[in-house]
Amino acid sequence: MPDAASTMIALAVPSPQSSHPYGGPPAGAVVRRRRHPAVLPGFGLSAAITSLVIVLLVVFPLAVLVLRSASLGPAGFVAAAWTPRARAAYGVSLSASFVAAIVSSLLGLLVAWVLARVRFPGRRLLDALVDVPLALPTAVAGLVYSSLYAKKGWLGQWLVPMGIQGAYSYLGIVLVLVFVSLPFSVRVVQPVIESLDRDTEEAARILGANRLQTFFRVVLPGILPAVVTGFALSLARALGEYGSVVFISGNMPFKTEIAPVLIVARLEEYAYAEATAVAVVLLAISLALLVVINALQQRLSNAAQ
Amino acid sequence: MSDTRRSTNESVLISAVLVASAAAVVGGLIVVPLAAVFVEAFGGGPAAWWEAIAGDPDTRHAIWLTLIVAPVAVLVNTVFGVAAAWLIARFRFPGRSLLISLCDVPFSVSPVVAGLALVLIFGRQGLLGPTLAWLQWKVIFAWPGLVLATTFVTLPLVVRELIPVMEAIGPDEEMAAVSLGASGWQVFWRVTFPNIRWALLHGVVLANARAMGEFGAVYVVSGHIAGETDTMPLRVEKLFQEYRQPASMAVASVLAGLALVTLVAKFVIERRLEAEARELELARSTDGTTHDATLETAPS
Repeated sequence: MPDAASTMIALAVPSPQSSHPYGGPPAGAVVRRRRHPAVLPGFGLSAAITSLVIVLLVVFPLAVLVLRSASLGPAGFVAAAWTPRARAAYGVSLSASFVAAIVSSLLGLLVAWVLARVRFPGRRLLDALVDVPLALPTAVAGLVYSSLYAKKGWLGQWLVPMGIQGAYSYLGIVLVLVFVSLPFSVRVVQPVIESLDRDTEEAARILGANRLQTFFRVVLPGILPAVVTGFALSLARALGEYGSVVFISGNMPFKTEIAPVLIVARLEEYAYAEATAVAVVLLAISLALLVVINALQQRLSNAAQ
Repeated sequence: MSDTRRSTNESVLISAVLVASAAAVVGGLIVVPLAAVFVEAFGGGPAAWWEAIAGDPDTRHAIWLTLIVAPVAVLVNTVFGVAAAWLIARFRFPGRSLLISLCDVPFSVSPVVAGLALVLIFGRQGLLGPTLAWLQWKVIFAWPGLVLATTFVTLPLVVRELIPVMEAIGPDEEMAAVSLGASGWQVFWRVTFPNIRWALLHGVVLANARAMGEFGAVYVVSGHIAGETDTMPLRVEKLFQEYRQPASMAVASVLAGLALVTLVAKFVIERRLEAEARELELARSTDGTTHDATLETAPS
């Protein structure tokens, strides 16, 4: 009963914090607000700057790209975008990014769990190191990975005799893609684990569930949306990656050539039609992923509230 | 009793195993490569490292070009980021969610695709190619192209930092300033800016790191002319292609050093941001109590 009463008061007396989702104007400003559609100044200027940059830098170039490929005609587009070499490149790009995103999600879950749940000396350092791939130029990552896993490298000298080719191979592509996408899978999952209610887990344990049952039945359903979002972000990042892969993959057509590398190769041969067509296919995949990511993040923030 | 102790021992053991595996993941994927950059770069001694950096005019030019291109791109991003965050966090208008998605597009579009789109506009055979040739302006294979490509890839970084912070703070203080007669710029510099400065700095630091390290988009538009349009990451690749591994590693170590400086700056700024978020929460809770008090004392 008292709860209902206070809700009614809150509804009857609009408070500055709850009347409007963005605060809303104080009572005295209502008259002002009727005269001006917006209370705060700067709508025109900020809208002008924002739309200028977005249109010039994002909408216009991508529209030109799509229109340029449309001028090939349907048959011409298919002929340019669907060559055997291009098909192989989509295959390598999609499968390597998919594998890398899965590995990155699993390793990211482990690292996020440890950072969120366990207190140990060096935790802050480990936490800071997770961000290294965001700050380290991808070309540097590609260079050093290829040198580490090459035949004479620190790791390659042990791995290559065992038959594990880390450099100039498909495995190399996956390795650098896991490196570049790891921060995304950790940082999306970590806050969700931190916000989990530990009482539920304890209750499950008291009721006789073992550790694995507790994890799969209680914990995992709570963090799965975050893990899936991290996976999608990693996939998007991995699909577009160029700088690190070009150093380590060897870029052999039909084997280790990813789609962005094929675009550059065609561009350097002045084969604009094919470069454009492949780029449009890649763009379509990226934009579809972006829509999925936005929907996932929406669900994630709804679940948090 | 003994059962409880066994279970705590067990969880300590499990925790230790988990920490060790997480440390192995981060160590193997991140620490070993990072250490290898510096070990290989300084393998020939500091003198050889310095010679590889400063003794090569093309490398010197690449460093200089990066130091020009990155700040210009970051500056454009800062102006855009503040304007877009003000627009998105403070106003409701049709097309707002489309605008938010458009700000995110550069994150998921491959930098190579972005670079190609710029070539199709500004390149010799591009849409504006003849006009630019007549004006004798060079965009592709010149620094303006590098700036455009770098700005594109870093576009989401500043806005994305500012929107959540501005939405968390809310417009009350700005609204109060306006109702007291402050002009738009006064509101921004005296009320908004002090509230968002750490978030802005955080975005700027991230955008700068990405701008200095950008490879794919810049690779496509630069034409990689040594001593003219090579930035530092492009120089790393060119030296690698020329089988000059030590020199390539030396340039890479400078970039890795910049990345470490970025991370330290990021760490310090995040501490400030956390402190300010706590202050905001504290202010909110005290605000809430006063508000309740007025409700109780003033019957309406």
